[in-house]
Formats: sequence, C-alpha cells, structure tokens
Amino acid sequence: MEIVVCVKVVPKVEQVRLDPITKTVDRTSAENELNDADKNAVEAALQLKDRYGSRVTVLSMGPLFFEPLLKLCVAMGADDAILLSDKAFAGADTYATSYVLAQAIKRLRPDIILCGESTSDSGTAQVPPQIAEWLGYPNISYVSHISIEDRVVVAKRTVKGGYEVVKVPLPVVMSVELGSNTPRFPDFKRKRWAEREFKITIWTANDLELDLNLTGKTGSKTEVIELHPIAPPQRLRKFLEGSEEEKARAIIKIIRESKG
Amino acid sequence: MLQSFYKLQQVVKMGEIWSFVEVGPEGIEAVSLEIIGKAAELGDQSNMRTAAVLTGWGMEKIVKEVSRYPVDRVYYVEHGELAFYDPAKHANALHQLVEKEKPEIVLFGATYNGVDIAARLAIRAEAGLIAHVTYLGIDPSDGRLVGHVPGFGGGIVAVCKCRPGVLQIATVRPGVFERPIPTGHEAEIHRFSPKLHPTNGWRIVERRVAKVVDITRAEKVVVAGMGTGGELSLAKTLAQKLGAQLAVTRPLADLGLAPRDVQVGSTGVSLRSNIALILGVSGASHFVSGIRDVKTVISINIDRNAPIFQFSDYCVEADLFKLVPKIIEEFEKEGA
Repeated sequence: MEIVVCVKVVPKVEQVRLDPITKTVDRTSAENELNDADKNAVEAALQLKDRYGSRVTVLSMGPLFFEPLLKLCVAMGADDAILLSDKAFAGADTYATSYVLAQAIKRLRPDIILCGESTSDSGTAQVPPQIAEWLGYPNISYVSHISIEDRVVVAKRTVKGGYEVVKVPLPVVMSVELGSNTPRFPDFKRKRWAEREFKITIWTANDLELDLNLTGKTGSKTEVIELHPIAPPQRLRKFLEGSEEEKARAIIKIIRESKG
Repeated sequence: MLQSFYKLQQVVKMGEIWSFVEVGPEGIEAVSLEIIGKAAELGDQSNMRTAAVLTGWGMEKIVKEVSRYPVDRVYYVEHGELAFYDPAKHANALHQLVEKEKPEIVLFGATYNGVDIAARLAIRAEAGLIAHVTYLGIDPSDGRLVGHVPGFGGGIVAVCKCRPGVLQIATVRPGVFERPIPTGHEAEIHRFSPKLHPTNGWRIVERRVAKVVDITRAEKVVVAGMGTGGELSLAKTLAQKLGAQLAVTRPLADLGLAPRDVQVGSTGVSLRSNIALILGVSGASHFVSGIRDVKTVISINIDRNAPIFQFSDYCVEADLFKLVPKIIEEFEKEGA
C-alpha cells in the first residue's frame, strides 16, 4: 500500500512580524517548523506503515529551504520525500496549491493521501478536500483514527459534539486531526543518514503534467489586497494582592460587578 | 440615457447571495442563521437578492423553517443520495444548482462539514474561496466581496477578495455575526433535483454526538489550562457555582479531556464573554487570540511571570488548587 503525506513548512507563528511600512509579512526573523497538524499526519502514516507494511512518501510544495524539515520526516521513518519547487508555483492560493499537489499525486498513484487538518499560518483546512476534488476521490476530514480492512478505510472523524466512524473504499484523501496522536522522535541513526546521505527528489513544473494557467499566482482565484496587524486589546494588568481569602473575594466582586 | 441603460443592465446582471444552511441534531446550525443575517445585510447594501440553500432528503419542515428568515428565496436540493453526509455528493449536487442559477456569492459556515463542501465546490466551479472570515463586506467600487481572514495565530488579518469574474465563496467563522429574527412571512421555496448516481462512497457506520454548549455566546467562561494538571473537576465545580461555561486550552483538548468544541484559541473557538476566568494557562499566542474579544479577563497562575498576565485585566498569582476552593467557599458564603 502506498501512502502520500502532504506537509507544509510554516514560520513559527509567534515570531512572525508584520512590517508596518510595507505591510508585508516578515518571515526572515521567524524560525521555520513543520506544521503541527502535519506532524500528526506523518505519525498516522507511519502507524499504518508499522501495521500494514505500507510505503510512505512525504510530499510538499515550496521553496528549497523546506528540505531540512522534509528530511526530518524521513528521519521519523518516511521512505521518500518529494519537493515540488518551481517559480511557477509561487504565490498560490488553495486552488492553485491543491492543483499542483493533485497533479503530483496522480504521478505517484497512492492508495491513501494524508494531510494535516489545517496549517498554522493560514488555517484554511481547504487543501485536503480540494486535492480530493481534483482527483475525484472521496475525502474524510478531522480524522483521529484509521484502520484498513479489505481495501476499505475505517476512519473515526471528529464532528461537532462527538465523532462518527466512516467507511470508504480506497483511494481516499484524509485530513488528520491536530493532536490526535503523539508524533515520534526521529531515530538517531536514521536522522544522521537522512541528513547526510538521503537525497530529496525535486520536481519542477517540467516533471508534472500541468496547465500553467492554473498554478501559482496566475492560477489563484483569490488575492490578498492588504495585511493589517491586529492590535492586542488594552488590558489593565492589575495584580490582586493579599491573603487567599482577600483574593477570592476580589475575584467574586469583579465577576458580580461585570453583570451590569 | 445610455448611462442609465448600462446601470439597469448591471442591476439585472447581479446574481444572488446564497447562504448554505446546515442542519445538526439540534436543528438549523447557529452559524447558518448568522450567515443568512449577514447575507441579508449585504443584499440590502448592494441591491442583490438573497437565497438560502439546503441539500438533503426529507427536510420539508426545516426548509419551511428556513423560509421564515430574511431570504428572498429558498433552494431545496433534494435527492435520496443526499440523505447522509458525503462531501463529494453534496458538493456535486450544489454545483449543479450553481450552474443553473449562477449566484454571485455563496457563504458557508466554517464548520467540520461546511469547509469540506465549500472547498470541493470551489474546485468544481473554478471559484475563489476566502477562508474563515471574521468580516464580510461588498466593495462599492467594484462590487466584489471583501473578507477579513485572521492568519498567523490571529495576530495579522488579511484583506482578501476573489479574482474578478469568478464565483465568490467564503466560509464564515461561527459566532462572529448576529443571528437574524424571523421575518413573519415565508420566502418562496424552489425545489431542485440534481442528477446523482448511487456510489459505494461514504458510509457512516457509527455516530456519537452530545449536545454542544455554544461557548462563543456564553456570558461567563472558566478556562482550564495545563496548570490544572488535567484535573477538570475543580474547574467544573467553579464553573457550575458561577453559572459559567467550562472551556479548555489546546493541550487539554489534545489529551481528549474535553471536546474541541470548547477549546479556546486560533485552532478552536473565540470567546466573546463578559468574563473569562483563566486557570493555569501559560498564554501561548495561539491561545490568547481566542480571548481577544473578552471584556474582562481574570487569570490565576502560580508563576508571576506567566505571559498570560500580559493579556489579563486582573492577575492573580496563586496556587489554583488552594485559591479555587476558596472562591467556591466565599461564593457560597455570600449566597448566589
């Protein structure tokens, strides 16, 4: 069984600054990390590999500086990593991103495509169902547990107020719920091997069957007009001092007075 | 003359604003009503008609109920294959109606299912899709939809539009817009039968859902963080005594101690309460974006340097295991 896990490298959210003059996001000061939910997706894929002997390929679209974090996925246990990197892919919204990922997936022909439920930088959660639509596959989102019986996926997905268990025949696209498992640490030896010897496959636009009118900024159906910082609300930051009893009474007083 | 003819043509050309209505175990989803209310407002401002759209089977009662809200018409996309949730089928059926009626804008609630259907529809219809907006407007200069999308953990907002000439879709964050009141009359109902083939796609074999408390609308909220050690009974008792709802941070939801529906922050819900009493929360950036709209924030933390105090009105340096029982005791002494 072939599994493709789509991952994204994102800047650490708390380190991202908005340049007040140019109104652009300054990512240079921010460290990069693998998107949180994508770590859960990689772990979910590796658990399937442990159980069913699947082959796991990590797939990402982005600039070459993504490479070290893709190698981290290989160190965790992924068998291969492919980076889709081309100027023609830059500036893509979810429509253009999901198109390029779907075209790469067509070339790989996996049985299962896993993604994280959403990314921490834009958080749209759109790309997994959009990949599924391009491919004409079913999709299951917010999945917390996966098993496979006779080429049918049995997936537990979170819904409002609880969960449902869904059965879908392969192939299928699933988005893995953030925090639904504990991503494993890379094996030390494998990490050294991944960093020193393993070579990431780079695919450019030439390696895929693409309509370049549908990729990158040209292919995007949305545009960002401008960015604004959101000013944090002004807070009093007043420390309540005194004995525990006095603190408790002060808290109750504030709560009671807020009613009016 | 020519100018007024051109104007008239523009008015006629204007399509509709649709609100996709979702139905949960407790009836029409709150966010579906919220987008109907917003669509009505946008329709008034821009002289566009509005419609509510439902996809499903055997929903006559709900369809009638929806028709009493401020919409010009209700489309009921009806098919036996739509009796259960399967995002591909619902998106396909909805796309057939989009092809026929050519709306200008389609709004969805940013729910577990709404995002799926919106995302699939956007590919089918080659549409623009603006995600999880907290503000919606129509730019009077070009008639295009404008959506504000909080990004990067909520510290930055992106002002987004769809490219000219494409269907404009947006998913709307729950709890942001006001619910409208019924109009007192019923809008016309249009039935539509999509062409769908039975497939052995989705099958829901088990489903367990409990009633969800909508904490985005709660007046008072007690938020429990890792400082509680994951022991929620004390926080629960306090919430009950104060008549507050209990919410948690992401790590506690990740541990499965509370459902994601009551998790505060950029990957959960945003609070708009009068009071948030925050117990043992350190104050990570993805959390504090969820208490931005709270009127008064009181935080209890054992560490005087905890970042959460930067985002609090009242800061209480204390051991919550000692202080919380005291609050309960004092509250009982005073009488409710």
